[in-house]
Amino acid sequence: MDDYAIEMLNITKEFPGIKANDNITLQVKKGEIHALLGENGAGKSTLMSILFGLYQPDEGEIRINGKAVKINDPNDANKYRIGMVHQHFKLVHNFTVLENIILGIEETGFGGKLVKGNARKKVMELSEKYKLNVDPDALIENITVGMQQRVEILKMLFRDNDILIFDEPTAVLTPQEIDELMIIMKNLKAEGKSIIFITHKLNEIKAVADRCTILRKGKYVDTVNVADVSKEQLSEKMVGHKVQLVVDKTPAQPKDVILKVEHLTYHPKNANKALVNDVSFEARAGEIVCIAGIDGNGQTELVYNLSGLAQPTSGKIYLNDIDITHKSIRERIDDGMKHIPEDRHKHGLVLDYNLSMNINLKNYYKPEYHKNGFLDFEKMDQYADKLIEEYDVRSGEGRKSIVRGMSGGNQQKAIVAREVEANGDLLIAVQPTRGLDVGAISFIHKQIVKQRDEGKAVLLVSLELDEVMALSDRILVMYEGEIVGDLDPKTTDIKELGLYMAGSKRGAQYAK
Amino acid sequence: MLSKLFAKDGTKSVIASLISIFFGLVVGFIIILIFAPSEAFEGFGILLSGGFYRGTESFSQMIYLSIPIMMTGLCVAFAYKTGEFNIGVPGQYLIGSFVAMYISIRWTFIPDSLVWIVAVLCAGLAGALWALIPGFLKAFKNVNVVISGIMCNYICLLLVIQGIKSTIYNSTGAESMTIPESRSLPRTPLDSLLSTGDSNLRFVVAFLIAVGLCILAWIIMNKTQFGYELKAVGFNKDAAKYAGMNEKKTLILALATAGFFAGVGGALPYLCGSGKTLQITEVLPDEGFNGIPIALLGFSNPIGCIFAALFMGYINVGGNYLQSLNIAVEVIQIITGVIIYFASFTLFIKHVFAKHEANKRKKEEGKV
Repeated sequence: MDDYAIEMLNITKEFPGIKANDNITLQVKKGEIHALLGENGAGKSTLMSILFGLYQPDEGEIRINGKAVKINDPNDANKYRIGMVHQHFKLVHNFTVLENIILGIEETGFGGKLVKGNARKKVMELSEKYKLNVDPDALIENITVGMQQRVEILKMLFRDNDILIFDEPTAVLTPQEIDELMIIMKNLKAEGKSIIFITHKLNEIKAVADRCTILRKGKYVDTVNVADVSKEQLSEKMVGHKVQLVVDKTPAQPKDVILKVEHLTYHPKNANKALVNDVSFEARAGEIVCIAGIDGNGQTELVYNLSGLAQPTSGKIYLNDIDITHKSIRERIDDGMKHIPEDRHKHGLVLDYNLSMNINLKNYYKPEYHKNGFLDFEKMDQYADKLIEEYDVRSGEGRKSIVRGMSGGNQQKAIVAREVEANGDLLIAVQPTRGLDVGAISFIHKQIVKQRDEGKAVLLVSLELDEVMALSDRILVMYEGEIVGDLDPKTTDIKELGLYMAGSKRGAQYAK
Repeated sequence: MLSKLFAKDGTKSVIASLISIFFGLVVGFIIILIFAPSEAFEGFGILLSGGFYRGTESFSQMIYLSIPIMMTGLCVAFAYKTGEFNIGVPGQYLIGSFVAMYISIRWTFIPDSLVWIVAVLCAGLAGALWALIPGFLKAFKNVNVVISGIMCNYICLLLVIQGIKSTIYNSTGAESMTIPESRSLPRTPLDSLLSTGDSNLRFVVAFLIAVGLCILAWIIMNKTQFGYELKAVGFNKDAAKYAGMNEKKTLILALATAGFFAGVGGALPYLCGSGKTLQITEVLPDEGFNGIPIALLGFSNPIGCIFAALFMGYINVGGNYLQSLNIAVEVIQIITGVIIYFASFTLFIKHVFAKHEANKRKKEEGKV
């Protein structure tokens, strides 16, 4: 029998409406780096939250070193020597490195006075041993993100954790920092620590992991020896052979360029690298251009730049040959930009307004909807009723329903109705079908194709590969803020797309 | 039919307000019981009959007291609809008072019969301008309105003291001069009808202005583009921005409008011919802070503010009469304070309602 440090057997966890983990088994050997691979929403985070005591599983058993245990909260996890580096670090910014490391388990002397001498010695020893090179007296706010991550690692080591969880540790790092992290992880392994490495980047798995467990849509797919499989096989297991969505559409007939983006770069002050990096592309009337990629590779920021929610650092955006780079959001709307936002609750809707007011969210200021600043509610309601009817938006009290109380699908339909019916040559749709049922998905897909056939340019951002394959006329793949491929959906397949998305492949014209 | 009425949000708000008032009165009664057990019932009776205790005199007093707090309440309520807690209301109120007094007393080139219009308008503008400071700081530097508002209050207080000393100082009384009766608000027949004896209060016009502004605010909020934007920003700033609204401009304008109401509120009581003066003390006016419970009790609804302010005036008048029972003024202030304090439980009680309903719904769903 193998010697397992952690066994999570047949774990099931259900949230209202969704089975986040469905009979998942994860077995991590002592002294190995075990990768946990899966797309967003595959159930990785839930599984780790269960291991860390943040959630209780509905079914299943957790064993540590062969003994069945119950982990009720993170303190229990700490007791079993499980430590975690979260994706977003849990550090106090105006404390020093040392103060952060001992936070919560400080040694105190007479009258509650903080004693740091022993802790400092231990931290320095650990830092030396694993070649982490941290300065214990530096303030967190003054050190790089890579260093902050090392502080998190030191926190785990200081607590003598043997099982270390890294939750997407490379997402925030530069390539050099990633290389250094890989070396640190190997050092940790050499010292006998067991590591769970959550990621969806295949290169990194190939570089450090011994074994890999793959999850897909909350289900267990396989556990493999990394050395025995190719990246292609891993990618296929991660993405799966999905059922092809059927969308009726004729070949695209692209015409004039509607949207043109030139060397767009977005590097906010608080990020340590450009989130959108020198992106150039065009979208023509009568085609659906799809931006594919794994979540967090700059798609959100790209759309923020296009829609005006954020100002790009450099580069130009043209809509119908007009430079809109520095125009306000309202001017962009008037110039013909329609936008189905990624987050329907944050941006798309004023949840406490009723349906009519939400449908008119981008109309109310137009001359036909007001008289001398007084809103023409009758006209607004008429328009709302028309759209509610045409788009079959269902709710308790029709246009008077408060949107907060409506179902997600109907909320999304209201947004789609508002944006599709607005005047404009460009429709930007970001994850327009997220979280919706099959019926609503196919309805929204039809609307998007209809927009294309009416001669609009459609820019679709989606994380769902089957949606990308079914709808797009051209696919641009984004990875780490850059466009790495321009593919034709007719000549590519999901497997190849997966390689581009995981950064394992780049198009010829995008070679570094 | 009745259940439908109870399901309405507005009805729930009214009920929540009434429950808060009820609890406030119960605690107020207990306090009287502690401090003056022998006179508790009589005292509580006086408190409850407040605004009618001495007929028209009490009634006009109630109206008079309700005017400034109606305006400050409206100010807080209006700003709250854009999601901001305008605690700078005492400063905006005070600067309004000063400007109104200065104009009424010093701008003698304006005829007596018209000067009140100029005074009220300029007081409102002064309040609006003063509210612009926290507005700009919030919009462009993301400074919390509560913090900048409190600072502006104290800056304003000292400025006004200096202003009084150098322009309209009455050196014999360490206070400002009074506005001459001839330059106050016009006296209406109703004023004469409601006042008794030598009272020369001219509160009818002031009350009409206050109520008129509440109605105007309601119209702005619910019928205009500006109101639509203002509430959208208050409910969801991100969505407002996404929809192309200028959320910074909206925020600044909303705060300025709120400041206008407070400024007018500052002008009106001094123009009522009551001989009220501004004191040279480093204390912010109570009417300013009292706007906060009014807004809460009135559920941030301009029309609600009218009734909340009248209620507060009623309790205050009753409180004043308690002095005839040898109950110390401080105790009376505690009692009215407690009632006001409980008024702010309105939100909490509404929350309890919502929870209760959700539980009921859950249970019903569970059965199915």
